[in-house]
Amino acid sequence: MQFGIFTVGDVTTDPTTGRTPTEHERIKNTVAIALKAEEVGLDVFATGEHHNPPFVPSSPTTLLGHIAARTENLVLSTSTTLITTNDPVKIAEDYATLQHLADGRVDLMMGRGNTGPVYPWFGQDIRQGIPLAIENYALLHKLWREDVVDWEGKFRTALQGFTSTPRPLDDVPPFVWHGSIRSPEIAEQAAYYGDGFFANHIFWPKQHTEKMVGLYRRRYAHYGHGTPEQAIVGLGGQVFMRRNSQDAVREFRPYFDNAPVYGHGPSLEDFSRETPLTVGSPQQVIERTLSFRDYVGDYQRQLFLIDHAGLPLKTVLEQLDILGEEVVPVLRKEFASLRPAGVPETAPLHPAVRKNTDGHHDTGTDGHHHTGAQVRNQEV
Amino acid sequence: MRTLKLVAVSAGLSSPSSTRLLADRLLQITRHRLAEQEYAVDVDVVELRDVAVDIANGLVTGFPSERLQEAIDKVTGADGVIAVTPVFTASYSGLFKSFFDLIDPAALTGTPVLIGATGGTARHSLVLDHALRPLFAYLRAVVAPTAVYAASEDWGSGGDAYTEGLPSRITRAGTEFADLIAGRPERTREDDEIVPFAQQLADLRLGQAY
Repeated sequence: MQFGIFTVGDVTTDPTTGRTPTEHERIKNTVAIALKAEEVGLDVFATGEHHNPPFVPSSPTTLLGHIAARTENLVLSTSTTLITTNDPVKIAEDYATLQHLADGRVDLMMGRGNTGPVYPWFGQDIRQGIPLAIENYALLHKLWREDVVDWEGKFRTALQGFTSTPRPLDDVPPFVWHGSIRSPEIAEQAAYYGDGFFANHIFWPKQHTEKMVGLYRRRYAHYGHGTPEQAIVGLGGQVFMRRNSQDAVREFRPYFDNAPVYGHGPSLEDFSRETPLTVGSPQQVIERTLSFRDYVGDYQRQLFLIDHAGLPLKTVLEQLDILGEEVVPVLRKEFASLRPAGVPETAPLHPAVRKNTDGHHDTGTDGHHHTGAQVRNQEV
Repeated sequence: MRTLKLVAVSAGLSSPSSTRLLADRLLQITRHRLAEQEYAVDVDVVELRDVAVDIANGLVTGFPSERLQEAIDKVTGADGVIAVTPVFTASYSGLFKSFFDLIDPAALTGTPVLIGATGGTARHSLVLDHALRPLFAYLRAVVAPTAVYAASEDWGSGGDAYTEGLPSRITRAGTEFADLIAGRPERTREDDEIVPFAQQLADLRLGQAY
């Protein structure tokens, strides 16, 4: 199983100090967070894509390319790539390039975005969100698998005799996840292609995640990619930890109360009960995270949101230390011992990554490769 | 014969409230009329005051709390809905509107609805027709022709040569509403249907309307 973090990339005032980081600071901090994720033995770093303030990540492959150059093992991903408003040709080119630079350590997650005006800003119509996601991905899928593409669709200029360059590394396209909170069409799309399905699993009650993952698993089997249990599932999650759970609650509350999205709404306690948000001790996070399996089954990727709502860099790096030292090693072991044979441990890795892994790293008890940090942490 | 579910939504704020009083009277007459047609009827009342904070949180977070979801499920699962609001600043109350803002726009399609409103003066009675009726028309509900407005003075007076009194308006509304409910086929609720992917692709390629 892969563990990692995903960032929204919000520039938010720290409510405890009144200080707002500059965009420059936020971007540099994001890099520091990604490097730390690798250092503490996490597997994945994913960035969102936004085209409006207060968010900085409008150019994910620039950020990920930079991080790729400064890391060895971290899988670089997105959360999400806007399949609706980006030209699928440019996505094909950008992420294939990134794949070469990162020696295969790349996958990406398709999403539709949740900011209405982004559609018209990029010349699209939000009412066509689902058809755009369907058609644009169909083209992207083809561009990465066929050298010469003829294409006619509703939403972009036709292509005759077009070759997207560079070709994917070793002709193996990046693995793709499709993210959605509650659109069955997207679960169906992921199932049809045998791609992964990622549930946001942050802002909404677990019932939505359960329903969508269940649908995706059934349809994955329907399309002949394997059993429902073998479908590739990823989940989001949101945690804040201190050794003592009361300290975690006290420290996180002002960030929660003022957070974009849910701030000034329900209490931290209500929101923790109604959504997967967990604020408490590392042990509480371990228990809550293991309980996700009860309603989505054995899954392949867990990403945590830890760097939003104005939390200072120092705090975020401390959260990563706790994740890497105390939480993820236990989760790896527990999830591995629960996972039946025949259920994939991770989403398919690029052959270049697998080769690198086999040559350089020991294989842990769950068959997943561990960096030195991971092996060390398992002994804690 | 099946049991009909009748739910009243009351946006009254005080307790007791005249809005709730009107909702109860409408519920009572409708149940009575349906019983005459030999229907078994379950009645329930959703007091929006009890879920006021949940409604505000639902607007902020984008998802309903468990308690609010229960209230929504009662309303969307009903065979008939009685919706009664006080008049605030020339329209339905904000709480009333916010509750219906949180209901899926398709969830009340075809549901018979009886609308009512209360206010301090009869001069606001057209609120039923310029505010509530369009709201439920948008939701594609079937709104009973007679809607009932109760001004404070209505609770202490009978009719006159020009207007029926409150009791006879309530009776007329409840009778029409009961007939609407009785005449409708049983509602079937389907789970989210999956549009098979091949169909989604074909819709795009063939340029059909979607």
